[in-house]
Amino acid sequence: LQYNEPLKKPIPLHEQTVKDEKGRYKRFHGAFTGGFSAGYFNTVGSKEGWTPSTFVSSRQQKAEKHNARPEDFMDEEDFSEHGIAPREITTSQEFSSGHRDETREKARAVNAQAALIPGDTLLEELIAPAQSSIGVELLRKMGWREGQGVGPRVKRKPRRQQPDNSTKLYGCAMPPAGSEESEVGEEEFAPENVTFAPKDVTPVDFTPRLGLQGLGYSGLDPGLALLGQGASEHINLFNPQSETRGQLFGDKQKHTRRGGVAGQAFGVGALEDDDEDIYHRDSMSRYDTVLGGEEPGDGLYGWTAPQQYTKRKDKNKDALYLGKILEGFTLAQKPAEEKTIFPPPILPRDYRPVHHFRPVIQVSRLSGVSPALAEALKSSRGHMTKDEPQQEGRHQLDSGQRRTLLGEETLQGPTSVMELLRPEDRERLQNIRNSSNLPPTKTTTSQTSHEALRPAGMSAGPSALSGVMSSSTFKPFEKNPSKQARYELYLNRLKQGDKDALEQSLDLGMTEWERSREREEFVRASILYRPSSSSLSSRFTRAKHQEDEDTVEVNRDQEGDVDDKQAAVKMKMFGKLTRETFEWHPDKLLCKRFNVPDPYPGSGVVGLPKVKRDKFSVFNFLTMTENRATPAPPKPAESGKKSRWDVSGQTEDEEEKKDPLSELLSAARNQTTETKLDQTSSPAVSTSVSSVQPRDSKHEVHCQK
Amino acid sequence: MAFPQPRPQAPQLPQHLLRTIDCQQGAVRAVRFNVDGNYLLSCGSDKSLKLWTVSRGTLLKTYSGHGYEVLDADGSYDNSQLCSCSSDKTVILWDVATGQVTRKLRGHAGKVNCVQFNEEATVILSGSIDGTVRCWDTRSRRFEPIQVLDEARDSISSLKVAQHELLTGSVDGRVRRYDLRMGQLHVDFIDSPITCVCFSQDGQCTLSSSLDSAVRLLDKSTGEMLGEYKGHKMKGYKLDCCLSSKDTHVLSCSEDGHVYCWDLVEGSLSLKLPVGKAVVQSLSFHPSETRLLTAMEGRVQVWGSEPEETMDDPTQT
Repeated sequence: LQYNEPLKKPIPLHEQTVKDEKGRYKRFHGAFTGGFSAGYFNTVGSKEGWTPSTFVSSRQQKAEKHNARPEDFMDEEDFSEHGIAPREITTSQEFSSGHRDETREKARAVNAQAALIPGDTLLEELIAPAQSSIGVELLRKMGWREGQGVGPRVKRKPRRQQPDNSTKLYGCAMPPAGSEESEVGEEEFAPENVTFAPKDVTPVDFTPRLGLQGLGYSGLDPGLALLGQGASEHINLFNPQSETRGQLFGDKQKHTRRGGVAGQAFGVGALEDDDEDIYHRDSMSRYDTVLGGEEPGDGLYGWTAPQQYTKRKDKNKDALYLGKILEGFTLAQKPAEEKTIFPPPILPRDYRPVHHFRPVIQVSRLSGVSPALAEALKSSRGHMTKDEPQQEGRHQLDSGQRRTLLGEETLQGPTSVMELLRPEDRERLQNIRNSSNLPPTKTTTSQTSHEALRPAGMSAGPSALSGVMSSSTFKPFEKNPSKQARYELYLNRLKQGDKDALEQSLDLGMTEWERSREREEFVRASILYRPSSSSLSSRFTRAKHQEDEDTVEVNRDQEGDVDDKQAAVKMKMFGKLTRETFEWHPDKLLCKRFNVPDPYPGSGVVGLPKVKRDKFSVFNFLTMTENRATPAPPKPAESGKKSRWDVSGQTEDEEEKKDPLSELLSAARNQTTETKLDQTSSPAVSTSVSSVQPRDSKHEVHCQK
Repeated sequence: MAFPQPRPQAPQLPQHLLRTIDCQQGAVRAVRFNVDGNYLLSCGSDKSLKLWTVSRGTLLKTYSGHGYEVLDADGSYDNSQLCSCSSDKTVILWDVATGQVTRKLRGHAGKVNCVQFNEEATVILSGSIDGTVRCWDTRSRRFEPIQVLDEARDSISSLKVAQHELLTGSVDGRVRRYDLRMGQLHVDFIDSPITCVCFSQDGQCTLSSSLDSAVRLLDKSTGEMLGEYKGHKMKGYKLDCCLSSKDTHVLSCSEDGHVYCWDLVEGSLSLKLPVGKAVVQSLSFHPSETRLLTAMEGRVQVWGSEPEETMDDPTQT
């Protein structure tokens, strides 16, 4: 039913009946199979009822033998299509075509099971009466003979395209014109008004090629193999270039390589010369056929001496070998590569292969450990409860101490790159570094400028930077300076071993939810990103262009660039920062209606082809499903990796879009914790803050009047 | 001898209240001029759509058929058809003369906030709270839209159609401009839920008003902000904004009962129309003259540049 169609009046119960052709009410025995009525008004037979056949036998009239067929007891229903003895008109055997009669075959198969040899109907299939179908009979009566084609008769005998099999003709065939010569040449067809039957159609074999040999392969030609032209010569199978072999396989080569050592063990007859090769070993490469030959010329490459000399060496080598050579193998030409084995290290005399684990880790000694990890380690206890705070085992040394222990000299040369610079440059760097230690300004432009200024001089030796705060080289929350300040506070407190570092560092002005988020972020940032005052980080330098999808912000919203956009909006820098452009395909009909040429005529896609969409969106389930499925089908997920500022064909961060369902839930959670919003359901004039709320904004929904 | 050019008139502002029409429709959700500016449509919360003349303010016809409040309406270029959308999730195409429902287009999942014809009235475009814009074909008898644009992540509050472009503003803070000729979608991020968008007459700029009480004029091709107009109050309601007929001024409704009118180039406030005490819900500027319609509560006000003396008509409703 279409939506707008009028509803039909319902059929009352007393009219919901089915009657057969005689007007009898049909009773449905069984689930609406069409039903058989229980006879004629619940009796069998017809109006007259079923009358038994009478038996009369008298002296005059003897009783007839009634051979009652089952059909006598059946009524129309039984003869109908669904009855037990359906009568239908079929073609009889003599008129049927050669088409297989499946029922007959099935019957025969069933019969075959019960035959003397179960399942075997070979004999019957062998001795089948010669039946020609009625069509053949008709054709014969009309003058057709076996082997002729069917159709109107043609004047001249059609010319054959390929007179012989040995030459292949490419291109078009010769035209049937040029009749004069042919007619004169062929004496058999003298008069001109003779018509001939058309040529018969050669049936095409549609059986698929199941072999694995590939195109153009034809196996042994049995004609030639058994009798054929090549029977006079001996067929040498093992020589790939043998002429007879080629002919057997149907190759069309005329020129075969003559000469050379051909015969192997097989095919050495009494009259042949090469008996020395009888014991030559066979190789599989001899069974490869090659079309057209492999090498130009005869493969000898100018070698003029007899071939025996080249091959003889191999055989000698094999023969000289004293051990047993496996079948099919021969001695290698080059010896195998020798592996270099390095001797094990020489152990000192007093070395004992016993290792003792050190239970306590000196936190303060270790570098490159994040403060949170340090805190965790400090509070934990190892297996051994011995506290050895001051002991310096062999493993707690750094390179300088090891150097003194080993008695080496310190490396000569500048310890810091700063010493290599000229004094003016050094001054300049110091100034810049000092200025960069100031709290960073708010605008992103100045941030980028001072980042660019930040020199590569961060990779200074340990002498230079020991006094500098960690914040100068590593700022996870660069974009949010107050947050960064709080983070640093947290780090400091951690270093001091303050247990409530996290709690104290949070901003009390923020809401509970924001605080918890910050808490998590701080913990994660501290774990993942180590402080830079370690010697390891001094080997690295800051990148000149800080990428905005930075690894620094750990737990940010998946749409990292929304923050950029928001920042841009706040600074009123609309334009490049706030605009995104996508390739969008309008529907063809829409373009037509708008009188606009279709910008993507070949595209079958409608919408944004390069943007990956969530397959499951809340809105997919919200639609009216009257006649059709969801009207917002998931777009093809084809997200290319392009830079954000690429104007044509960008990828929106759709894959990072939070599932609207979870946003819904989180929004719902927010609403309960934040100030109560007056959301009434009466017709509200306002912008409805619908299911998905932007995170930072709070809207109040009034209702008018 | 050439005649001297007429002195260019200073741009005029619709500062004089010409007429107030009491629509008797409950609250007027939207008021719209038709294509030539001689008629006005008022969409009421009593599920009816009414057609009035502007000059006299007479009621011509009432169109009933929606199941819930009518939220927006638009007239076709030849004044033969109207389209309206409602909170009952449907868009109705009306025949103006007979008042019959020609098509009832269902498909949106939520209330339909905005609707508009395209230039030749062959397509109706509707934006809904379910975040989709649906393009309905008026020519065929299909029930499905030609295309569904669901790029927005939140309710579509407003849409406008130009020759080959479609501008939508959404509560997710983005203005989306679909260019059919180039096959592109441009998204401008405004960060605050958008209440109304419109094109400028010259087609170079777009205007969008948002819930941070700001109306912004953005350049269409680059997305840069050409002007920002503040001073009004738009914090929670979906209110309209528009440009004057010659693109000289930017007008916006406000929740403080005024209509604010700024000079487009300078950004200074030129006019502050005292409409009333309640929220001014909707406004519409005449396509060619200096005439303005505003809707507040249950009444529609007609403003013009010059006061008319012959207006008081006893037959006005």
